[in-house]
Amino acid sequence: MLLIPCPWCGPRDEPEFKFAAEPALRPTSDVSDAVWADYLYLRTNEKGFHREVWSHAGGCGQFFLLERDTLTHTIHRALKPGEPS
Amino acid sequence: MRYSAVSLLRQGLAGQTGWPQAWRSPEPKKSYDAVIVGGGGHGLAAAYYLACVHGMRRVAVLEKSWLGGGNTGRNTTIVRSNYFFPESAAIYDFALRLYEGLSQELDYNIMLSQRGILMLAHTEHDMELMARSVNAMLLNGIDVELLDAKQVRAEVPLLNFAPDARYEIHGGFTQRRGGIARHDAVAWGYARGASGLGVDIIQGCEVTGFDIVAGRVTGVQTTRGAISAGAIGLAAAGHSGVLAGMAGFKLPIQSYALQAMVSEAVKPILDTVVMSSATGMYVSQSDKGELVFGAGLDLYPSYAQRGNLPVEREVIAGMLEMFPAFRRLKLLRAWAGLVDVCWDYSPIIGPAPVQGMYLNCGWGTGGFKAIPAGGWMLAHLLATGQHHPISAPFDLSRFETGRLIDEAAGAGIAH
Repeated sequence: MLLIPCPWCGPRDEPEFKFAAEPALRPTSDVSDAVWADYLYLRTNEKGFHREVWSHAGGCGQFFLLERDTLTHTIHRALKPGEPS
Repeated sequence: MRYSAVSLLRQGLAGQTGWPQAWRSPEPKKSYDAVIVGGGGHGLAAAYYLACVHGMRRVAVLEKSWLGGGNTGRNTTIVRSNYFFPESAAIYDFALRLYEGLSQELDYNIMLSQRGILMLAHTEHDMELMARSVNAMLLNGIDVELLDAKQVRAEVPLLNFAPDARYEIHGGFTQRRGGIARHDAVAWGYARGASGLGVDIIQGCEVTGFDIVAGRVTGVQTTRGAISAGAIGLAAAGHSGVLAGMAGFKLPIQSYALQAMVSEAVKPILDTVVMSSATGMYVSQSDKGELVFGAGLDLYPSYAQRGNLPVEREVIAGMLEMFPAFRRLKLLRAWAGLVDVCWDYSPIIGPAPVQGMYLNCGWGTGGFKAIPAGGWMLAHLLATGQHHPISAPFDLSRFETGRLIDEAAGAGIAH
């Protein structure tokens, strides 16, 4: 069971949360198909340290950034959107 | 050595002392015509077909740990080809047809048991959608049958038909040619076949980098030295993204842990494979008597080869809801494999963005059933540099053109 520190609610159990995505910047609409496909589909899918967007779907409903290790499942820290990392 | 009643008798009389090793474990050579990264079912099958269909003998399979120790040894051993889209039905049925002749071809018993696979419908809407899927599958040439509730009950009387069942059973559909096979034997049979044809299977050899000159791959760096290669095939399932990172590109793949578990062994009680759209779970009984079952993913990126308790609990709850009689069984083991999931739940087969490199990945939660076809297609690519007609729709370019093969809902299982 992951214990995830929601930046608003504090540590809560894994079933309250939903993994959303690897963070990415949405390109402008006039880019090539390749750039758009990269944004939509391609992932670094890192083994080890990974930055992820999660939501506290079964709690406050907020999105936040989670720094986590995909190999050991260690959770490093959670950041509010816009919070300087 | 050919395995037969005669060799069994001869070895029995000799006290079982003369059996040769099933495959060689040679030192890696400096150079091969083709190198396949990943010694699971897909990689070993590719090596076997490279040697026996295309006549290429200077071939190596590099496996970072032990042979078949990844998803090939961790799945729930189900084989089926009940797919919605024609492209999917073509490749999965090609695999199933090869499975049907594999024990004879490899002279190695893969214990294929075509006991049928039954998918349940729990509402009238489920039944309507299922009828649509079944019609599509029939047009694809797949042997599926729609069953009403009475027929399902006759086939699997242990299912929960109680009036207060949480998920009422309205019917289902079956593919009679579906079933299970012995997963380790598939890896071992292909390894033995490939080794016998001269393929070098090198275990404990991890790829640490690729030699790329002017956009073309010329070899691999490994924990056992550098190996140059005319062509390289990647068949590394959950670790495909790691290899892609080493070669300087990204894939439309996310790796997740998929859990499976077995109960203690009991006498024969379930003679088919059962899946449920409502609980997302699937269960069959192994030849040893254990119930082998699993369900959905732990839905966050993972390379841990283990899942977490919330999903395990859901899987077990789902099975007990469907089969109340199983609730006194003890759980024997639970584990997880690393599955490489694509956005459209279809695999990626074809040239990589680096010349001379070919992909066979993205099989997600259903790679075992596809092993013979995945191997065949990768071998074709490595030998000819061209797609086999069956693998062409699964090219990586589909993510740019938008021509996805969206089996997320059509594949007949819950994800």
